[in-house]
Amino acid sequence: MYVRHLQVTDFRSWAQADLAFEPGPSVLVGANGQGKTNLVEAIGYVATLSSHRVATDAPLIRQGAQRAVVRTAVVNEGRELLVELEITAGKANRARINRAQMPRPREVLGIIRTVLFAPEDLALVRGDPGERRRFMDDALVTRMPRMAGVRADYEKVLRQRGALLKSAGGRRGSSSADLSTLEVWDGHLAKHGAALLGARLDLVADLGPRLTAAYAGVAPESRPATIKYKSSLGDALPPEFGVPDGKRADLELLEVLLLQRLSEMRQQELDRGVCLVGPHRDELELVLGDHPAKGYASHGESWSFALALRLASCEVLRADGIEPVLILDDVFAELDRRRRTCLAEMAVGAEQVFVTAAVEEDVPRELTGAKYRVAGGEITRAE
Amino acid sequence: MYEGPVQDLIDELGRLPGIGPKSAQRIAFHLLSTEAADIGRLQDALQKVKEGVVFCEICGNVSEQAKCRICTDPRRDISLICVVEEPKDVLAIERTREFRGRYHVLGGALDPLSGVGPEQLRIRQLLTRIGTTEDGIEVKEVIIATDPNTEGEATATYLVRMLRDFPGLSVTRLASGLPMGGDLEFADELTLGRALSGRRSV
Repeated sequence: MYVRHLQVTDFRSWAQADLAFEPGPSVLVGANGQGKTNLVEAIGYVATLSSHRVATDAPLIRQGAQRAVVRTAVVNEGRELLVELEITAGKANRARINRAQMPRPREVLGIIRTVLFAPEDLALVRGDPGERRRFMDDALVTRMPRMAGVRADYEKVLRQRGALLKSAGGRRGSSSADLSTLEVWDGHLAKHGAALLGARLDLVADLGPRLTAAYAGVAPESRPATIKYKSSLGDALPPEFGVPDGKRADLELLEVLLLQRLSEMRQQELDRGVCLVGPHRDELELVLGDHPAKGYASHGESWSFALALRLASCEVLRADGIEPVLILDDVFAELDRRRRTCLAEMAVGAEQVFVTAAVEEDVPRELTGAKYRVAGGEITRAE
Repeated sequence: MYEGPVQDLIDELGRLPGIGPKSAQRIAFHLLSTEAADIGRLQDALQKVKEGVVFCEICGNVSEQAKCRICTDPRRDISLICVVEEPKDVLAIERTREFRGRYHVLGGALDPLSGVGPEQLRIRQLLTRIGTTEDGIEVKEVIIATDPNTEGEATATYLVRMLRDFPGLSVTRLASGLPMGGDLEFADELTLGRALSGRRSV
């Protein structure tokens, strides 16, 4: 797939921008603060309905404007689709596909699929477990757009159940009515939780060997890198799930295990008034040699690990038969020559690559293609 | 900002669901230019909605008398109860003209975030209703027609658990699936998945 056209209105620094693209590499060059990243961020937003830089939509709207609009024309196996998103802060966004209004913005997921590399990726290694959960869940949605619904359902049940735990725990000696409705929410948490957990385990099983290989390519002199899914189920999680050459996760079994674990933790949950069981408490462990990467890995190793995670998720998509659009946002400045080459070699094979760079010399020679200069609110195609 | 009463009216109208500041303004100025008799009727209607409307003592639907029109209709099947969240859901099902039983309006769905538990819903009344016979006829089937969202599903599960203890009572849930006249291509994955798992042999 590739993005043939991008048009933004009141998005970040851009009052209006209009760009045509071709398959292959497109390099956006310009000094800092000219809005290069804002353009690729818009493409990423259409792909994931979230920004890689901020958690809320408000900063995406140009100051003083009411709403931002992103229009993209995407060509997928010769068929072109026009995707339009209207982003309004504090309100539901609206989406149109080929000018037809969609009931939910979620419908546009899967039309463009991207893998985005950015300086923010360092947080995958150094940040909280939440960063790594988000990495897994974003990758899941890119892989199977259906998962966006599962994720939303799970979060909704989680919030409801959390509210119930808080109110039930607050009143000493909770009434039987509280407990019986808690069991109802347990059932729903286990059902949606199992769907999310199972998909994550399968993803980790597919990512594992590709990550180890990618890391060895990026940093051959370093220790071997591996990943491991650590579940709130603890030892109850069957060891053959979530590992390469293991079994595909059995959702019914996971649901039963989650329910068991919930009943074991019942008192503790009531005492603390928080939800202690479920994929929202899980962690993707990044291991370097024998040590966890967080806290032990050097700056360079952390970078390599983050890069390898993205490379591996790209490989997983390709193995599924999806050719994602790659977005390399300001990454080359941070990488040494070997890692640049590694990334460039992988990116050359992609149908379309967007590269942003402040200094043109940072972009590896393999990725020369259409070049755009971004300066003073203008974009010009350079020959 | 307008002055005094006009702005008060706009503010009050703007508090209503589905009415934004611009619509509130338009309605306010429309009312300002309306004849006094029409305003009087509106005033009466507003007054009566709080004083004159009662909730049916059997089903909990909005009603004029102690028992609503549906519950007093002798042609209705007493052995069949359809459980819905809101009075407006009764209207929706009535429009189908398919259902000949009676209703039970819960007054919402389980929603711990808004502090709604089983005690806030008319679940106890439902259980009493099922437990007692009326004119010697007992309730044979309960159709659960709560909304197919997180809260509605949780309410349905809760009801199923509570109704399990009644011997001989059959409990059913509305089917969920594809909209009529729709295109398979445009169905979202969740709906299509549900329709697949809930398929029936023909």
